[in-house]
Amino acid sequence: MSNVIEIEHMNKFYGQFQALSDINMTVEQGEVVVILGPSGSGKSTLIRCINLLEAYQDGDVRVADQRVENGPKLAGIRCEVGMVFQNFNLYPHLTVLANVALAPVRVRGMSRRDAQVRARALLEKVGMAAHADKYPSQLSGGQQQRVAIARTMAMEPRVILFDEPTSALDPEMVGEVLDVMQSLARSGVTMIVVTHEMGFARKVADRVIFMENGRIIEQNNPQDFFTAPQEPRTQAFLQAILHH
Amino acid sequence: MELLDTFFNWDVFVDAFPLMLRGLGVTVLLGVVSIILGLVGGLLLAMLRLYGYAPIRWFSRAYIDVMRSIPLLVLLVLIYYALPFVGIRLSSFAAAAAALSLVSCAYSAEIFRSGIEAIPRGQFEASASQGMSFFNTMRDVILPQAMRIVMPPMTSNCINVMKDTALASVVAMPDLLKQATQAQALSANPTPLVGAAVMYLLLLLPMVQLVSWVERRNAAGGKRA
Ligand SMILES: Nc1ncnc2c1ncn2[C@@H]1O[C@H](COP(=O)(O)OP(=O)(O)OP(=O)(O)O)[C@@H](O)[C@H]1O
Ligand SMILES: [Mg+2]
Repeated sequence: MSNVIEIEHMNKFYGQFQALSDINMTVEQGEVVVILGPSGSGKSTLIRCINLLEAYQDGDVRVADQRVENGPKLAGIRCEVGMVFQNFNLYPHLTVLANVALAPVRVRGMSRRDAQVRARALLEKVGMAAHADKYPSQLSGGQQQRVAIARTMAMEPRVILFDEPTSALDPEMVGEVLDVMQSLARSGVTMIVVTHEMGFARKVADRVIFMENGRIIEQNNPQDFFTAPQEPRTQAFLQAILHH
Repeated sequence: MELLDTFFNWDVFVDAFPLMLRGLGVTVLLGVVSIILGLVGGLLLAMLRLYGYAPIRWFSRAYIDVMRSIPLLVLLVLIYYALPFVGIRLSSFAAAAAALSLVSCAYSAEIFRSGIEAIPRGQFEASASQGMSFFNTMRDVILPQAMRIVMPPMTSNCINVMKDTALASVVAMPDLLKQATQAQALSANPTPLVGAAVMYLLLLLPMVQLVSWVERRNAAGGKRA
């Protein structure tokens, strides 16, 4: 199996404060990895280092065997690493269709026509085809997030990073987004998902990673992770979450 | 009736009108040229001020502060009367356009900067995460949104440039004010001056009203894209 992402001995500092300590992890092609951990444990920071939205100081992050670092290759690497944000970050001045079609035209050099045809197909996949000509502000949160997922898919990245994609949603909209993510996972898309949705982690993840204080404490398949956590800190975290 | 005859003398006005109309043309041309140069230069300057290497950032900032501090009339006189001593001899139109746009681009740079800084970080991040270049991010994502925000202050700035074109009469440019003062001297009657004032108003009042209209619409319309 080929590794899409390899992280070795990575440290990340905000000034004096060490946000990530000695991170080592790999993600294989087609794998779905869920990252859990308490607030402030460094989950967002970790996945934002993978596409260099945050700079790391030591160690290596590689995507498809290319080191992620500033330089002429960065844009090319970012094409291979999609990201879905907690607050969607759709382009508010563009229609739904234009949101999805923009980057393929500008970055992949696709013709506008082809990009729009594909954008429609992707919107169909996430159940948003009927809203192609609306603006983001005319959509509900769940709908916006589904468009954001389609926008990310449009670049055909090797891996998609999700940073709490359902945390900004009203409860009744969480399901529709999780459904889309689950069908992506089924179709073989490589995903790293930061979430508090334990149901999703159990059902969809191939592997669960638990973080605390900027470190990876434990990782395992979801079955063993949830039923037989090894580390006391993992046990405490699961206790707190599952008995709420 | 003596008052009417003095300030609103029809014969004097009719005599002066053709030249004043030509002056109005010069005023509008000067205004438009300076506004365009100021906008283009301002956008460039804002980019350097925000994203240039440190020395360039520092230099842009110094330029902006200097140009916003120096009185426009002083700059104009410097360009027109002092530069010839180093061999740079500009026509009155070129000197006025240079002074106006040098100052106006400093103001528009600050306006553009405030607009760009008002765009949420998530927009930059979304664009970067898709592998978009700096140029594409600016052109397709950031600037279209920033333009909407800066529309009212930018229009105000353009109105100021248009108003300040009247200073060009100091360097003997045959603009509206200059033509009016000459006609007034010739006819020994202030009617051309009143006429010029009215023409300035006709030119600028609609622009001022446009700004209030845009501001009111923005306040009412909220965030709708
Ligand atoms: N820009 C920043 N400057 C300084 N410290 C930061 C910055 N961003 C995050 N941190 C700190 O780094 C640590 C990790 O933050 P991070 O956002 O990665 O946590 P998280 O696990 O995603 O938490 P949450 O579940 O609340 O999103 C926190 O202690 C946070 O305060
Ligand atoms: Mg986070």
